[in-house]
Formats: sequence, structure tokens, C-alpha cells
Amino acid sequence: MLEVTGLEAAYGRARVLFGVDLSVEAGQLMCVMGRNGVGKTTLLNSVMGVLTPTAGKVVFDGRDVTRLPTYERVRLGMGYVPQGHETFPQLTVAENLQVTLEATRHRDRAAVAEALEVFPRLKEMLKRRAGFLSGGQQQQLAIARALVTRPRMLILDEPTEGIQPSIVLEIEQAIERLHKERGLAVLLVEQYLELALRLADGFVILDGGMVRHSGTAADLRDEEVRRLLAV
Amino acid sequence: MESLLNQLPIGLSIGAVLLLIALGLTFTFGQMGVINMAHGEFIMAGAYTAYMLQDWAGAQAAAVALPVAFALAGTMGWVLERTAIRHFYGRPLDTLLLTWGVSLVLQQAARDLFGAPNVQVVAPSWLNGGVTIGGGTLPYNRLFIMALAIACVAGIWAYQNRSAQGRRMRAVMQNRELAACSGVATARVDQLTFFIGSGLAGVAGVALTLIGPVGPSIGTYYIVDAFLVVVAGGLGQLRGAVIAALALGMLNSFAEFWTNASLAKVIVFAAIIVFLQFRPQGMFVLRSRALT
Ligand SMILES: Nc1ncnc2c1ncn2[C@@H]1O[C@H](COP(=O)(O)OP(=O)(O)OP(=O)(O)O)[C@@H](O)[C@H]1O
Ligand SMILES: [Mg+2]
Repeated sequence: MLEVTGLEAAYGRARVLFGVDLSVEAGQLMCVMGRNGVGKTTLLNSVMGVLTPTAGKVVFDGRDVTRLPTYERVRLGMGYVPQGHETFPQLTVAENLQVTLEATRHRDRAAVAEALEVFPRLKEMLKRRAGFLSGGQQQQLAIARALVTRPRMLILDEPTEGIQPSIVLEIEQAIERLHKERGLAVLLVEQYLELALRLADGFVILDGGMVRHSGTAADLRDEEVRRLLAV
Repeated sequence: MESLLNQLPIGLSIGAVLLLIALGLTFTFGQMGVINMAHGEFIMAGAYTAYMLQDWAGAQAAAVALPVAFALAGTMGWVLERTAIRHFYGRPLDTLLLTWGVSLVLQQAARDLFGAPNVQVVAPSWLNGGVTIGGGTLPYNRLFIMALAIACVAGIWAYQNRSAQGRRMRAVMQNRELAACSGVATARVDQLTFFIGSGLAGVAGVALTLIGPVGPSIGTYYIVDAFLVVVAGGLGQLRGAVIAALALGMLNSFAEFWTNASLAKVIVFAAIIVFLQFRPQGMFVLRSRALT
């Protein structure tokens, strides 16, 4: 479903990615792991076109999207939840979802209701400004917003980072349900080994701007793999 | 006392014009981080639109010119964004120089087309005279300008809060990257914002023909004050722009009444500097991300 080959990215002269290869099959949950600052966010931003890669190719659903603007990729079915529970802070929760719906091709109002079903708590906050929600609630809104686009693949950047434990569990379960019940393909950046072990079908570990290790969830128990993740 | 009361409509109408000008600036600045020095020349374009339409619409030119000036100035802004400014996003200094250059070219073009001396636009006869309240006079032309500004602000408010396009505009202003990640075609939103913002400057230009002569450098008289409104009101903020524009218009007219034009400018600048010491972000703050 997603095929990334030889992806390179840089900030000015500072190169971060030196040729990343990665592939996610339909219905698969792939976990990207690696130490802080190794380039996980840079990888996802390059996959989404938020950042223009300096070399390499991104193919989604058999279509080369490397040169497409971000919003076109979203409309093709790549749902992205960037790191840091991003919202439109001065729009209400309802407006956050509506503005996203109005940018989709399907324009089906039911998509908003479906997204709210995943995080029912948001229904009580529809009139509140997103900027006034707690970090965890903002993250739920961020995922709901991505779901409104009716993605065929969900791309999540550390969805549980810095979020109160009570909500971490809800978010985890939501991701699990979306993946297992709806068969959504997921590309997940996650630092917590435990969570990755529980959810992932496969994983890649980034180090030095490349994929240093890849395998199935079972391989994550390996000592050498754990060493790559140690801070 | 009587003449002091007469300063009130003058201050309010100047504030209203400043508001129309500042709205466009604050949108393009708040949304795209662009300081458009050519914005003043869209005012000029609007004013000359009223002047040109006199041949055709006679004394009703100013009224007829409102929609025409909006479309003309809006199109000029849109063309400027498409052909030049968009290539310089994320480079504020280059944009400043570029648009300043465009501003000079447009002023010269106006001198070539219409001549350097000021011209007059005859106001529609239904704007002559005024109502007398408590010893002061409220001239109809200044009342009309205030009503025009109120209508424009109401229109902008409705656009931003009630239409899909306007919601997209607010979304891009608040978090450009996330807007793109939500499927919003941000470049198209930018174009529309530029069109509307520049169009409002054209409307302001028509309003100015009701209270004074028109010249090639009419924009430069107002553009600095309009920038002050943007800075004091907070970037991209409708509410802040309204309050700051009215305050600045009043301050200007009363300072001018008590002292003289140039000393008034000094007073206004000093007031803004003091204000910014206390609120460097302006009255209202919007978390916004410039283009990179
Ligand atoms: N906008 C930027 N400009 C310059 N350098 C950047 C920028 N963003 C990230 N970097 C650098 O690129 C490298 C990779 O950053 P990135 O955010 O992709 O890491 P990450 O793996 O997502 O880290 P984390 O786990 O903390 O989220 C880091 O060294 C970082 O300092
Ligand atoms: Mg990151």
C-alpha cells in the first residue's frame, strides 16, 4: 500500500535521512522506532510532502506521490496525525472537524459522526475551542480529524507522547480497533516498546538516517534490537 | 466645544477607512507573513476607479465604484500574489523590497495615466449635508463611510464564521501545516485571501474620494497608519483591528485638532510605542505560523 524507497531529507545543509526504505502492506500496522532526534518525524513529513525530500520515491497505492502537494496525498487516502496533538486552536472542536470535512472529496457528513464514535468524549466538547482542551483531548481530536478524511492508511507520529495516562489507553485502544476491526493500514511512530509489541505487525528501527533493523513484532524481544533503542 | 464635537465624526470616519485598509494587511500578514508595501496602491486604484467612472456614472460614480474598485483592486492583489509574492514566501525582507518596488512602479504609472496633480471626485448629492446633534454636525459623507466599514466588517465576519471558504481561511491562518494535512489546498486559500484583502483596500480608496482629493501617492498617506493598526491590533485579528483602527483614527484627529498635523503624527507614534511596551503582541494574540 505504501512503498518508500531511498528517501533522503535534509534541513538546509544538515542531512537527516540517508536513503530510507520502508513498505507497509494493506491492513498492516507498521511501527517506526528509534531514538529521539533520529529523524522519525522527518521521515513522516517527507512521506506526506510537508517536507520535500531531496531524493527517493514515495508510492501510495501504486501511484507515485513524491511530487504531489500534501493536500492531494490526504485526498488520496493518506491520513496524517502530526506529532504534538496539533489542532486549529481558535476553532471549536466541531469547526476543526467541519473544516476538514469541507476539504474532502466525499463531503459525507456521516464521516464526522463516525469519527466521533471512535472518541465519544469529544461529543460533549463540540462547542469548545480546541486550544482549551487538554493535551489528551487535543490528540483525540487530532486523530478524529484525520479520520474525517476517510483515510485508507493512518500515519501517526507518537500519538501518546506527553499525554495523561488515562487517555493514553483510550488512544491505544482506538488505534487497535481501527486497525483490527476496520482493517486500516497504520504507519505508527512509537517510542514505547511495550505498545509496539502489543500492536505492531512489523517494525523498522531508524538509526543514522537509515533503517538499521526491520522485522516482525517477535523480533523486538531481541537484545540487539533493544540496544538500538536504548537512549 | 462645538468644533471639538465635530472632530468626532472626522476621527471615526478616518478610523473606518484605516480599518478597511488594515483588514487586508492583517490577513495577508497574519496568514502568509507577507508585508505588502504595494497595498497602499490598491487604495489608489480604488480612488481612481471612482474618478474614471465619473464620465459614465456622473455624480453617482462613488457609489457605482464600490464593487468595481473591490474587483479591480482584488484582481491586482491576486495577480501580484500569483506572479511575484508567492515566489518569496518565507523571505519577508525580500517580499518587503519587492512590494515596495511594485508600489513605486504603480505610483509612477498613475502619474503617467492621470497626471501628477490631485483630482477631485464629485460626491453624490445625497451625501451632501448632515444631521445636527447637540451642537455638533454629523456629515452624511462621513456617516456613509462608517456604515460602509460596518458593512464590510459584518461581511468579513460572516465570511469567516459562516462560509466554508472563510473557515478554511481561519484554519490556514491558525495552523498552515495542519490545514494542508487536513486536505486544504492552502495555496488556493492564499489567493482568495489576497483578493479579498486587496479588494477592501480598493473600497477604502473609494471612501477616501468622499472626503478629499485623489493623487498618485494617496496610498502612502494611509499605509503607515494602517500598519500601526495591524501591529497594535494583533496579527490576523478582526476584533483587534476594529478597536485599534478606531482608537488610532480618534487619536489622530484629536491630536491634530489640538496641535498640528506633524506633531499629531509624533503623538500617535509615541502612543503606539508606549502601548507596544506593554503588549508587544498587540491587543489580541493568534498563534500563527508563517510560510517557510
Ligand atoms: N525544522 C528543523 N530545522 C532544522 N533541523 C531540524 C528541524 N526539525 C528537525 N531537525 C533536526 O533533524 C533531526 C531529526 O529530527 P526529527 O524531529 O525528525 O526527529 P524525531 O526522531 O522525530 O525525534 P523525536 O523522537 O524527538 O520526535 C534532529 O537532529 C533535529 O534536530
Ligand atoms: Mg518526532
